[in-house]
Amino acid sequence: MSIITLRESITQALREEMSLDENVFIMGCDVGLRGNPFGITKGLMKEFGEKRVIDTPISEAAFTGLGVGAAIAGMRPLVEILYADWITLPMDNIVNTAAKTSYMFGGQANVPIVIRAPFGVGGGVAAQHSQNNENWFVHVPGLKVITPSTPYDMKGMLKSAIRDNGPVICFEHKRNYSIKGEVPDGEYLVPIGKANIRKAGTDCTIVAYSYMTYVAEEAAKELEKEGISCEVIDLRSLLPLDYDTVMESVKKTSRVVVVTEAPLRGSIAGEIVGEIIDRGFDLLDAPPQRVGSKNSPVAYNEGLEAMCTPKKEDIIAAVRKTFE
Amino acid sequence: MKNSKCIEELKKEFDAYTDMYLPEGLGREEQLKMYSTMWVMRKFEEAVKPLWMANKVHGYYHPYITEEAIGTGIISQLKKEDYIGSTHRGHGHLIAKGGDINKMMAELFGKEEGYNHGRGGSMHITDMSVGMLGASGIVGAAVAPAVGSALKSWIKGTDDVTVVFFGDGGANAGSVSESMNMAAAWKLPVIFVCENNQWAIATDYTRITGEPDLYKRGIGFGIPSYRCDGFNIYQIWETAKAAIERARAGEGPTFIECKTMRMLGHHATDDSWYRDMSVCDKYWEIEPIKRMGEFMIEENIATQEELDAIEQEAIKKVEASIEYADTQCHEPSLDSFYDYIYTDGEVIK
Repeated sequence: MSIITLRESITQALREEMSLDENVFIMGCDVGLRGNPFGITKGLMKEFGEKRVIDTPISEAAFTGLGVGAAIAGMRPLVEILYADWITLPMDNIVNTAAKTSYMFGGQANVPIVIRAPFGVGGGVAAQHSQNNENWFVHVPGLKVITPSTPYDMKGMLKSAIRDNGPVICFEHKRNYSIKGEVPDGEYLVPIGKANIRKAGTDCTIVAYSYMTYVAEEAAKELEKEGISCEVIDLRSLLPLDYDTVMESVKKTSRVVVVTEAPLRGSIAGEIVGEIIDRGFDLLDAPPQRVGSKNSPVAYNEGLEAMCTPKKEDIIAAVRKTFE
Repeated sequence: MKNSKCIEELKKEFDAYTDMYLPEGLGREEQLKMYSTMWVMRKFEEAVKPLWMANKVHGYYHPYITEEAIGTGIISQLKKEDYIGSTHRGHGHLIAKGGDINKMMAELFGKEEGYNHGRGGSMHITDMSVGMLGASGIVGAAVAPAVGSALKSWIKGTDDVTVVFFGDGGANAGSVSESMNMAAAWKLPVIFVCENNQWAIATDYTRITGEPDLYKRGIGFGIPSYRCDGFNIYQIWETAKAAIERARAGEGPTFIECKTMRMLGHHATDDSWYRDMSVCDKYWEIEPIKRMGEFMIEENIATQEELDAIEQEAIKKVEASIEYADTQCHEPSLDSFYDYIYTDGEVIK
C-alpha cells in the first residue's frame, strides 16, 4: 500500500494498462511531450513511443472521431479532452457515433474507448474552463459515465473503464488531482456501477459524487456535532447509477439530500430525487432536497466563483430542512 | 465509344468528362466482375422503391444509382482486411466490399436476420466482417472514425488501407478537414474519396461552395489529389490503384474527387421539385454501367450476350434477396428490446 495523489493514480492506471495491452494508446492535445497540463501523462511518450502516446492537433471533433474509429477497428484508445468544457466539439462523435454504434449495427461493432475529461469549478479559470457537463451524457443510452473521487477508486475504475468493451467517459475533478489516498501496490479493479458508502449514518442520506463528496463529508462531520448522523454516499458512477445502495440507505435514514456541483436546473440531482420517489416514496419522512450550483456560468472573480457552487453550509442547511 | 451529339454537348457541361480507355493491368475477368457488381448495386436499389411503396421497407433509403462506378472501381481492388468508411448512401459500398445482399435486404425489411437485427436499416447498413466500419446517417461524420482505422494500421505497422467515402455535402463538415490534416501529418494509409454528385440534399453544391473543384482541398493539406470522371470506371480504377499502392507503401493519404451527377432524388420519395431534372437526360447517356458495357463491346472484351447474362444474374440475385427477406425472416423479438445498447449482453435500463 502506498499513499499517492489522485493524479498519480491515473498515471499508474494508464501505465499499467498500456503495459498489459498493446492495443491501448493515448491521444490528445499536449499529452505526449508535455505530458498533459496536469502532468498526468508525463514520461509516457518516452516510455511507450510516439505511436502510443500521440500529440494531436487542436482538433477535438476529429481526433475523438479518430479514437472512435480506432476503437471500432479493435484498438482501445484513451482520448483526452484537455478541459471537459471542450467536449462540446466532439459531441457528434461521442453521442451519435460512439454511443450508437453497437446498437445501430446490431452488436456487430463495439467502441472500447475511454474519454478522460478534467471538469469542475475552481482556480478562477472562468466560464469556459470550469464546467460540470457530466449530466449531459447521462441522458445518452449507450454511454457509461464515471466520476471517481479517491485515488483508490480512480485507479481501479479507470482500469475497469479501459477494459470495458463500450464507450466510457471519465470525469476527473481538477480539485481532486492533488488529493492523496491509499492505493494498493498490486493489481486491483473497482467495478463500474457500484456506489460507495463513504461515511455510515442513520438520520439522513447525502448522495454526492466527485469533489462534492468531500464537501458532503465535511458537512456530515459538523452535523455529527449537533447529533445528526448522516450517511454519505459517493456514487462513483453516474451511468449506470447504483440505486440499490441509494435506496438501502434511504430505507435506513428516511431522509435524503442529493448534491451536485453542476447547475441545479436540469441536473442529475433532480433525476435521482425522481427515481427515489418512484422507488420508495413511502420510505421518506421528509421531502428530498437538492443542492447544486446556481444557474449561471462560472465567474473569473473568486468571490463570484465561490458564490456559484455548493458549500458545506448549503448541504448542512439542506439536511436541516429535512428535519423541519 | 460512340460520340453521339448528346455526348458532345455534355462534354461542354460536364467538366470532368474523360474518354474511356483500358488501363494497364486491368484484365477481362476483373472487368466482368466489376460490371456484375455494378448491376447488383443497380438492381438492388431499383427494387427498393416499389418495396417502400408497398410498405415492406420504411424509413429513408438513399440510392447510389449512377454512382456505382466509384465504389466498384475503388473497393474491388481492396483486400478483405482493408477498411471502408461509408455514407448514408452505403448499399453500393457494401456490395462492392463483398457483403451479402440477402442480409442487406432483410435489414431493409427491419428483420432479425438483417445485418443490424433491424436496429439500423438502410442508413446504417454494415458488415464488420468485411471491414465496413458502418454507414453513418450524419453527413461527413464517418470520415474521422474511418481515419481512425487508418490510425490503427499506422500504430500497428500493418499494410491495411482505409478508403473513406463522403459527398460534396460532407466535404464541408469541419471534422473532414481536421481529419485530412491529421492523415497528412502522420502519413496515414487512407484514401479520401469525395463522391461529388453536385447536390447537398436539395442544394446545388456550387451555391454553397467557394471552390467548386473539391479535390483542391487535399492539396491544401499536402495530400496528392486527383479528380476523376465519376462515370468512367476505368479512370477511377487506375487512379485508385495508384492511391492504394501509395497507402500500402506507407506514403500516406490520397484525395480523389469523383465528379458525378445525382440523377435521382436525395432519397426514395424525393421528387426533386427543386431542380430541373431535364438536365439529367443527357447524363443518362454516360451513366457508368451503360458506358462500361458499350466500351467492352467496342473493344471486344465481352459480347452483348455475356453482358446480358450478367444483368439477368443480378436480377435473379436481387429477386432471391426479396424472397428471403419477405418470406423467410422474422420480426425482432420485443424481448430483445434492450439488446446491443451495451456490449457483452449488458443491460442498463
